[in-house]
Amino acid sequence: MEFTTGDLKALFGAFSARMAAERDRLCVLDGAIGDADHGIAMEQGMKAAADAAQAAEDTLQDVFNAAAKGFLNAVGASSGPLYATALLRAGKAAGPRGSMPRTELRTVIAAMRDGIVQRGKVEPGQKTMLDAWGPAADAALDGQNADTIIAAARQGAEATRNMVATVGRAARLGERSLGHPDPGSISAAMLVEEICNAMKAA
Amino acid sequence: MSLTQKLINDGNAAVDEMLVGIMAAHPEHLWRPDNAPRAVVAKNGPRAGKVALVIGGGSGHEPTFLGYVGKGLADAAAIGNVFASPPPQPAVDAAMAASGDAGVLFMYGNYAGDVMNFDMAAELLEMEGIEARTVLTTDDIASAPLDQRQKRRGVAGNVFIFKAAGAAADMMMPLDEVERIARHANDRTFTMGVALSSCSLPQTRKPSFDLPVGEMEIGMGIHGEPGVRRGTLRSANDVADEIMDAILAEMKAPASERVAVLVNSLGATPLMELYILNARIAERLKAAGLVVHKTLVGPYCTSLDMAGASITIMHLDDELQRMIDHPCDCAMFRS
Repeated sequence: MEFTTGDLKALFGAFSARMAAERDRLCVLDGAIGDADHGIAMEQGMKAAADAAQAAEDTLQDVFNAAAKGFLNAVGASSGPLYATALLRAGKAAGPRGSMPRTELRTVIAAMRDGIVQRGKVEPGQKTMLDAWGPAADAALDGQNADTIIAAARQGAEATRNMVATVGRAARLGERSLGHPDPGSISAAMLVEEICNAMKAA
Repeated sequence: MSLTQKLINDGNAAVDEMLVGIMAAHPEHLWRPDNAPRAVVAKNGPRAGKVALVIGGGSGHEPTFLGYVGKGLADAAAIGNVFASPPPQPAVDAAMAASGDAGVLFMYGNYAGDVMNFDMAAELLEMEGIEARTVLTTDDIASAPLDQRQKRRGVAGNVFIFKAAGAAADMMMPLDEVERIARHANDRTFTMGVALSSCSLPQTRKPSFDLPVGEMEIGMGIHGEPGVRRGTLRSANDVADEIMDAILAEMKAPASERVAVLVNSLGATPLMELYILNARIAERLKAAGLVVHKTLVGPYCTSLDMAGASITIMHLDDELQRMIDHPCDCAMFRS
């Protein structure tokens, strides 16, 4: 079963709806260790990404590129460059074609992880969104099914509770960041879940 | 939980509506290029052969950043959403509008988001053949130990640090020299703050963090990031003493040297309390044998409606004193 540009536009619509629904919860999580605006950045960014994706034409890569630019220009912040780079890498992985097999959404997840590592210069265990994208990408590259990939992302996000932040805004808190999950990893697990739902739609 | 009371129309439109009001109030100082609503440029200041000083960051800190755009200080500012770095494009727009073909110096507080976005902007400018360098401000001494100074965040000390770099650029110094003075100013500027109540974002109108009555957060960041510790709210003198102890210990200024002082409100704390703090600060500096060359008191780098204050001391030398004394004429700051 093929994954088309129309499916990709619908996926960005799902990202946008999910972030809007979770906005306040993500802001509260961010308030504990950051500046309380993560939900706002993700809501605005994914809405702009979905709008830009809707207007894009032709190939999967075009849609990803338009979404990347839309997200970046709407929010800036740290999620802007990270997700813009992730989506550009995803576009490169999907390539200039009108559709791809749904199973290849696994390589999209891995490409997004690679983009985040490249732009954020982060490593696993630093209490960031990578701690959800990393396990999800590993599970995806391992050929695991959608539910296993979702579970890997969620467990990764949950594990950030026991991490001390060493990069980003929360890094200045040191030990005081313990016990709180990283909001960027929580929103990341939600996005992974939406991608995996699209994979299951076959 | 009840929503905090704000005079806004739409939380998501707050930054853009504020900018409309600022442009209406300061037409003699500021303009915006066409199709670049988040780039604010000085009317008087940018000129051929002059290094363009471009500052920027999230909104919610007014008069930081755009209030310091004007002759003798910054040439332009890139404006982000509330507490969020601007994306690369406004920084590129600001730099292009202010460029005098002598290079661009980006200056902003050291936050991961700002670094990624401004670095992307510098890459885009490179493609246009414009050299852009960066000096990050790291004046908040509570945000990391001295041996990790490069990890510290930039807060109210921005005012003095930007001022020094802006003066150097206005004196038509070359990019190397403006950059050197900017780094020197940052190295000699020390800030620490205390929060008494949370701010709330216009989009959520909920407190960003819980701070029980009777407590204060020492070393709080200017976005409501938790500080180094919670403590019982104490008197102005006790708070000034704790902060001055930390600053003086790190600054290690020999007696008879000069300093500039900034007593800054985080938004809701009134001038009365700032001046009470300053009485103690002046006393402490005198006891240390230091000479106060200049004092600024007021809301210079705020955190929306947060209650609290920060103290900044810049350790002057002849060069920095000359930069601080250089005249500037900005929309929200003149000296």
